Amino acid sequence: MSGMMHIRTAGMYTSIQDLGRFGYARYGVPRSGAMDQAAAKWANLLVGNTATLAVLEWTMLPPVVQFSEPTMIAITGAVCTPYLDGVLCAMNQRIRVQKGSVLRLKNVIKGVYGYIGIHGGFDVPMCLQSRSFYKGITTTHVVSKGNQLPYTAYTEGQAAFAKLSSVCFSGDIAVLDCYQGIEYDLLPAALQTQLKHDTFVISDKRDRMAIQIEGELRNTLPSMISAPVLSGTVQLTPSGTLLVLMRDCQTTGGYPRVLQLSTQAMNVIAQKRTGMTIRFRIQTLV
Amino acid sequence: MKSVFEYIPYAEDAILIRTTDKIMPFICYQLLAYKQVIEEKYAKAIIEVVQSYNSLLVVYKCVIEDFYTIVSALQSLEVSLSVMPTTARRLWEIPVCYEKELVPEIEAFAMLKSMTISEVVALHTAPLYTVYFIGFLPGFMYLGGLDAALATPRKATPNLQVPKGSVAIGGQQTGIYPSPSPAGWHVMGRSPVTFFEVANEPPCFVQSGDQIQLVSINEQQYHAIHQLAAAGVYVPKSTVI
Repeated sequence: MSGMMHIRTAGMYTSIQDLGRFGYARYGVPRSGAMDQAAAKWANLLVGNTATLAVLEWTMLPPVVQFSEPTMIAITGAVCTPYLDGVLCAMNQRIRVQKGSVLRLKNVIKGVYGYIGIHGGFDVPMCLQSRSFYKGITTTHVVSKGNQLPYTAYTEGQAAFAKLSSVCFSGDIAVLDCYQGIEYDLLPAALQTQLKHDTFVISDKRDRMAIQIEGELRNTLPSMISAPVLSGTVQLTPSGTLLVLMRDCQTTGGYPRVLQLSTQAMNVIAQKRTGMTIRFRIQTLV
Repeated sequence: MKSVFEYIPYAEDAILIRTTDKIMPFICYQLLAYKQVIEEKYAKAIIEVVQSYNSLLVVYKCVIEDFYTIVSALQSLEVSLSVMPTTARRLWEIPVCYEKELVPEIEAFAMLKSMTISEVVALHTAPLYTVYFIGFLPGFMYLGGLDAALATPRKATPNLQVPKGSVAIGGQQTGIYPSPSPAGWHVMGRSPVTFFEVANEPPCFVQSGDQIQLVSINEQQYHAIHQLAAAGVYVPKSTVI
């Protein structure tokens, strides 16, 4: 039986995401996908899904949602206090949802991106082999008040008392593991030292495309001809800012690629709020 | 012989193959041929190979365990400059309207270049442009071959939004915006063609290595083709090259 998750309050930049749209970069299509992929995977695995199904992602300000049919959900990512029909429940654990239940997430104390996983995943239309919202690819790029997100009702399955420990929140790590970017060798030694040892601050210029880092790394690197980039690529702009490309980034770019974040570090930086500090730890890939 | 290709680890699951730092059609064809061989041989292991002017980014499905093993496997597939891509490359005729009634910006552009509108149109429609790759926006073609006389530095203040199909010049490059977009380039024409359609597989009819011939059309023709394109029944003329 098909159920609907009714959006009573949309929250901020709330969207459907899976792990992304693979194989379309050759047509200029961004990969997209959940900003904190570890949290999105947990949201799926906790309710018995494969890790790749579509979950709901919210940003700083969570939505209020109502379920038309029974199912099982899990809340992961940004740390908050969930209430189901006014009753306190836990994050990182299976939650049984009844017909008509209302879920509110309060007191977002840590992190930026939160996830709601649902048994069977959200059944929104697949576009280019992914359900991840992206402007120009899917019909909408955010959910709005009044939207209905389809899922399949689920009445079996036991509520489980086992839960993941809070260690599964990505954002607590202060040091980001990364690798030398393709243009790292072009940096003067002083800038390489700065990248290795300085502490950097997350700026307020941040979205699903990129996170800008405060500070100025004065450089005279020549501009380069456009070349491929991936999420996790850290670009150095002519004005000296570091730009960490995130899931919705373009497929090619023209700024020097000085670092590449590890898969895990991308999840970590996604959960860092404006004003928080990070350091880079450069590892070798080979 | 020493290989022209350089292999650099890019991420846990990606390797960059880099060649000469030049924008030349023969490099594009060589990279395209190499890309096709890799895709054929490693279809099951890779997500895709992303091409740009002078590099291929090979993205694997799994974390690369041993970089050197993977690189020597890739090296055994290297193609020489004389090898041409296996798939047919096409020459597409793309209609563009340069009339000032539809694209008022062309007057300012012609003035900037101290040319008449018809001189601008003649220079812009003369070359056979090479599609180096698609990037920046879904369906945006990086075209090479702009007449140096039309090269114009990017605008100091970008336009907040230009309409879908806007044809523009920025620096040494020319391009067509496949969707409404902010634009730092000088708009001087508009094409009625749909370059990216999410419902199609593949979503773009043009591919790296293809060529583009721009054909000047009048405003009536623009509207007629635009209507067909909007209904999804317009395919530009093309020939195999």
